Amino acid sequence: MAMDAAEIERLIKEALPDAKVEIRDLAGDGDHYAATVISEAFRGKTRVQQHQMVYAALKGKMGGELHALALQTGVPEDTP
Amino acid sequence: MSNPVHDWIDSVVKSNDVVLFMKGTKEQPMCGFSGRVAQILQYLDVPFTDVNVLASDELRQGIKEYTNWPTIPQLYVKGEFIGGCDIVTEMFQNGELVKLLSDKGIPHRAPTA
Repeated sequence: MAMDAAEIERLIKEALPDAKVEIRDLAGDGDHYAATVISEAFRGKTRVQQHQMVYAALKGKMGGELHALALQTGVPEDTP
Repeated sequence: MSNPVHDWIDSVVKSNDVVLFMKGTKEQPMCGFSGRVAQILQYLDVPFTDVNVLASDELRQGIKEYTNWPTIPQLYVKGEFIGGCDIVTEMFQNGELVKLLSDKGIPHRAPTA
């Protein structure tokens, strides 16, 4: 069982409505993705906490249907 | 009712400075992501305790609950969960990992600049 990029993006945006999400399929097998998630909700959180927020958004699919998701998380750049 | 697996994990991470819960062993990693974190630690000459989560399903499931982190590998330094493969890789690349090890008094080789 695999997941498609749109499904991952939808789930993340459902939990983090302001998130900018960019997903790259690493292996073309629907199982190995890299995702960059930028959201104001991450501000003040450690990197582990930020990733845990994304995993929570994926509602338990992470580690099951989704074997690998290389995550990069961050807050929106403060535009001057 | 405390969970014996969580208690065991707790004792391991608190009695060993650096612990890597991984698939396989440091000599024989069974997954690319686990292998990469083990390689980073070996490259930095960091002595670490490897725990093969494939040895028991209770452990493999228990470790994910213990930290509310869904994947393996998981790196702990002085009892603190540092992250999985992508976080440790990112920290290694930007020098944060070496700084963390120094701050926590963990012996390691200074990477060549």
